[in-house]
Amino acid sequence: MIESTALSKSFGKLIALDHVSVCMNAGQAISLVGPNGSGKTTFLKCLLGLVIPDSGELTLNGRPVLQGWDYRRYIGYMPQIGRYPDNMRVGQLFDMVREIRRDTFNRLDDDLMRAYEVDKFAHKTMRTLSGGTRQKVSACLAFLFDPQVLILDEPTAGLDPLASEILKEKVLAEKEKGKLVLVTSHILSDLDELTTDVMYIIDGKIKLFQPIEQLKIQTGESKLNRAIAQIMKQTTVA
Amino acid sequence: MKPPESLGSQTTLAPLADYNSTVLKQTDLIKSSDRSAGRAVRNASPLLRIVKYVLYDILQNRMIIGYTLFLLAMSFGLFNLSGDPTKGLASLLNIVLIVTPLVSIVFATIHFYNASEFIELLAAQPIRRSVIIWSEFLGLAVALMLAVLVGIGLPVALFAANGTGLSLVVVAAGLSVVFVSIALLASVITRDKAKGIGVALLLWFYFSLLYDALVLFLMFALADYPLEKAMLAFVSLNPIDLARVVVLLQMDISALMGYTGALFREFLGTNLGIVFAVAVLLLWAVLPMLWAVRVFRKKDL
Repeated sequence: MIESTALSKSFGKLIALDHVSVCMNAGQAISLVGPNGSGKTTFLKCLLGLVIPDSGELTLNGRPVLQGWDYRRYIGYMPQIGRYPDNMRVGQLFDMVREIRRDTFNRLDDDLMRAYEVDKFAHKTMRTLSGGTRQKVSACLAFLFDPQVLILDEPTAGLDPLASEILKEKVLAEKEKGKLVLVTSHILSDLDELTTDVMYIIDGKIKLFQPIEQLKIQTGESKLNRAIAQIMKQTTVA
Repeated sequence: MKPPESLGSQTTLAPLADYNSTVLKQTDLIKSSDRSAGRAVRNASPLLRIVKYVLYDILQNRMIIGYTLFLLAMSFGLFNLSGDPTKGLASLLNIVLIVTPLVSIVFATIHFYNASEFIELLAAQPIRRSVIIWSEFLGLAVALMLAVLVGIGLPVALFAANGTGLSLVVVAAGLSVVFVSIALLASVITRDKAKGIGVALLLWFYFSLLYDALVLFLMFALADYPLEKAMLAFVSLNPIDLARVVVLLQMDISALMGYTGALFREFLGTNLGIVFAVAVLLLWAVLPMLWAVRVFRKKDL
């Protein structure tokens, strides 16, 4: 579904992505794991076209997407920190995005909006919202247009336990429908529940990309966090 | 822990469902009107859809209202002080040539940096990058021109409704657009907000003071050579100078400007000259913007 070939990006001297070649398919839910600054967010932003890679290829459903824009209709994105115009009301924000994307979606998926009772704070301006509520708004926007690909950057950070459970249920439901889900998180127990595969990125390179079950068997651990800890130890020793 | 309700249940929260169905109906309506409106409108519509929200955001800003009121107060004040509308226009011209570029470039720069969240949100949607920056430009240009039309146009229409007055208002509106364009270029190139505002102020300083000083210096240094035709080129290279000359020529006081003034009169005083001046001002509005679009399309957000 999404394939990258030798994708590279550097910010000055810092190499954020170093020839990343990877193929991700529908129905996969992939955890992106790696230390801070390892290139996870840069990779996701490249997929979205927010960051323009220096070199390499990127295709979605076989079609090249670098420098394109229309392909973003297939992607729902929940940023790490949802930043929105201060003076805009929540309802207005949804209206605007709906208006912008009005020719590009088949179905509106308002399950999350209902579950988070967005209409109860639709009249508030974005400035007055707490960090958690803002995350809820980001989550609703990511799922609203029923996209084929979901990119979730630290989705559960800042959400209360209840909201985070609702989100996780939703992610699982979408994965079952055969969507491609990409999640980064430092809360590995969440990823253990949600995802089928794990991609470990360090210094802009993909250290490993394999099904979680396989990784657990290889490392002889029953939990993802322990398996990852083992991998991290190996890489620091090596 | 179990979530309170299974997702996607149809039973709960009917009001929002109603709300959504009305929204859907509305979008259906818009879609059908779109179809009849033809392709040109359809291609332009993503831009207009976004400009609407940009403009809404800017017009809510207190600074733009304050700016309009300031222009109003200043214009009325100058006309009342000088008694003679022509003198009033002359003093207004001097202040307008300093104030409108300064406010336009600073306001546009600050707005662009403050809109970074909005821009990031839009950039993740299925729209072209160029659409995003053009809508920012149009929103800013329209808002600042509105401020000029109300703040300067209204008093001028009341006190000096003649060709000179009109040229002053047109030039002030044009300069606003030119400096929005320059501001967006500066802010697209510089990442840091403080640096961006610094660059904007420097550019304003260059165009309204430094440039004239440089030209004067050049004139003294090359006093032995005929520079009159070169002066025409020098004037075109600075939108503020061009604006000043255009309005001064309308005022019939170009005799005060000596031989160069006569040459200006000969060229810029004609209809062709006016067309030339407007075209150069348009270039000043469009070229920096085209450059800004080029940079913005490759910019990491």
